[in-house]
Amino acid sequence: MDMEMTDHNELLRRDFDGVRVAITGGTSGLGLAFVQELHARGALVAFVARNPASIERIARQYAGTFAIAGDVSRKDDIYPIAMQIVGRLGGLDVLINSASSLGPVPLVPLGDTECEDFERALATNVLGPFRLTKALLGALTASARQGHGSVVLNVSSDAAINPYVQWGAYGASKAALHHMSRIWNEELEADGVRVMSVDPGDMDTPLHAAAVPDADPASLKRPATAAHELLLILKSVLQETIRAHAEISAEGSAS
Amino acid sequence: MIAASKPVQRPSDAKLMVIHADGHISHRARAVLVTFLRPTDLVIANDAATLPASLQGLHLQSGKRVEVRLAGRRSFNDVQHYMAIVFGEGDFRTRTEDRPPPPGLNSGDRFLFGSLSATLTKMLDHPRLISLRFEGLPEQIWAGLAHQGRPIQYAHVEDPLAMWDVWTSIASLPVAFEPPSAGFVLSWQLLAAIRDQGAKFATLTHAAGISSTGDPELDRRLPFDEPYFIPSATANAVRRARNSRGRIIAIGTTVARALEHAAVEDCGSVHAGAGIATLRIGPASKLRVTDAILTGTHEPNTTHYQMLRAFASDSVLRRASHELSSHSYRTHEFGDSVLVERALDRLSQPKSIELIRPSETARRW
Repeated sequence: MDMEMTDHNELLRRDFDGVRVAITGGTSGLGLAFVQELHARGALVAFVARNPASIERIARQYAGTFAIAGDVSRKDDIYPIAMQIVGRLGGLDVLINSASSLGPVPLVPLGDTECEDFERALATNVLGPFRLTKALLGALTASARQGHGSVVLNVSSDAAINPYVQWGAYGASKAALHHMSRIWNEELEADGVRVMSVDPGDMDTPLHAAAVPDADPASLKRPATAAHELLLILKSVLQETIRAHAEISAEGSAS
Repeated sequence: MIAASKPVQRPSDAKLMVIHADGHISHRARAVLVTFLRPTDLVIANDAATLPASLQGLHLQSGKRVEVRLAGRRSFNDVQHYMAIVFGEGDFRTRTEDRPPPPGLNSGDRFLFGSLSATLTKMLDHPRLISLRFEGLPEQIWAGLAHQGRPIQYAHVEDPLAMWDVWTSIASLPVAFEPPSAGFVLSWQLLAAIRDQGAKFATLTHAAGISSTGDPELDRRLPFDEPYFIPSATANAVRRARNSRGRIIAIGTTVARALEHAAVEDCGSVHAGAGIATLRIGPASKLRVTDAILTGTHEPNTTHYQMLRAFASDSVLRRASHELSSHSYRTHEFGDSVLVERALDRLSQPKSIELIRPSETARRW
């Protein structure tokens, strides 16, 4: 598996050259895997996480990435985050909303879920991506108008579809994120921005370990593998948005 | 006129005055703005996001509290150097004209704004106007501005402004010092309505500077030079609109200033790429690109009003000013809007259309 991945990476190296990407939850799990993979493939990466020490450590490790301290679940943090993302990257082509909250830890049935824990899951998994995407919509549509393509990738879960017991706060919030993504994708079609919601599968991440402490890590997908799979999809969708713009421009020139 | 004192970008009862090319004036709800567009029109807006450009801090040499307002910059890429205006202690609640002067300032002086520190590199022929350099790495300066800065604000809005109050829907690159407020009218719904009308929409980025300093001598120097960027997609859209005899409609004075500065001599097109707008548009200006402008309601003694004199005659503008008062229009950045069509006698139809070569390099894939 590792061997195959390396070959693959070699082939796809630098295929995100110059693409401006912002990633939330960039110091852990899938978010961190996105930072690593996109950095290796030539993207300009800004990543957001709450812990200043962690972001600085990751930024040092992956030279040239931009670390932004902030909590996407807090309304007051959104514009400072958005301003630093666009300021540092000089624009934005791709936003990956990966920061997630499980809600209550350990997981409990909904009847035992504290309201504050449910609210935290909603704030991180729905309101955060909503607010940050809205604040960055100007930058994303500007990129689309200039033919650079534009995609929002929201990290959802199969818990958004299946009613897993004890995953109530997480599942309900990811379901809301999934549906918001679908509606926003329809609304932004004419502006040239695609909004996707994807299920990365069960991964060996700190979040999964908190949810299912006795899971066998060997049975879980590595975050690097999930990031790799999702970037294949992301790349093809980004190329679609670029092609769509080129076609519209060509029509316009002919008229 | 009445000062608009609530930071609502799109109040449902917003008004629109239309000054038609023939000098006729009409009054509408701003909600029907799109009905004034024709299918061949190109609407161009400024997509600059607004920096929190007001910094409260200490002038270290005197130990006194000051407010520093960033007011000008050399380029989009330089986050370190600015032209700035310094006020003595106080904040937006005091009218700028009543603000105390700063302590005596000298080049080499230091300022401390929380985690952000800066050096006064040069006095600029006025006791309040300085060149300033932030210390530290770009990421530290960005983070410092994001957390220490607040939007520049004036006394007519009572409550402190948040960044979401001053970013337009289309706000992208954070390079403006005050919001390109004519763009507050833009919603995603309006952009869809513009498309449905058959008209086109494009953007440029213009680092809108400050609108008032409280000092008559400094105010006379406004607007300062402002860097801008016109994407090749926008320059191409201008050329296509010209070819189909469409009108170019600027959302805001900053857009008109950038378009006219980038105008290709006598052809109605614009150069793509970066520039620094140094011009002042006034009664003697010949507009080469802009056919109409959507702007706020401006008092006759302002630079914005001077710009309108390039679009309409003084007698029409006098009548418009009178009607703005008699119809109780609201003024300032959250106020009502005026759409001014370029007067018929000020038309300068382009003779020929040249192909604009994009100066941007093609990107990847």
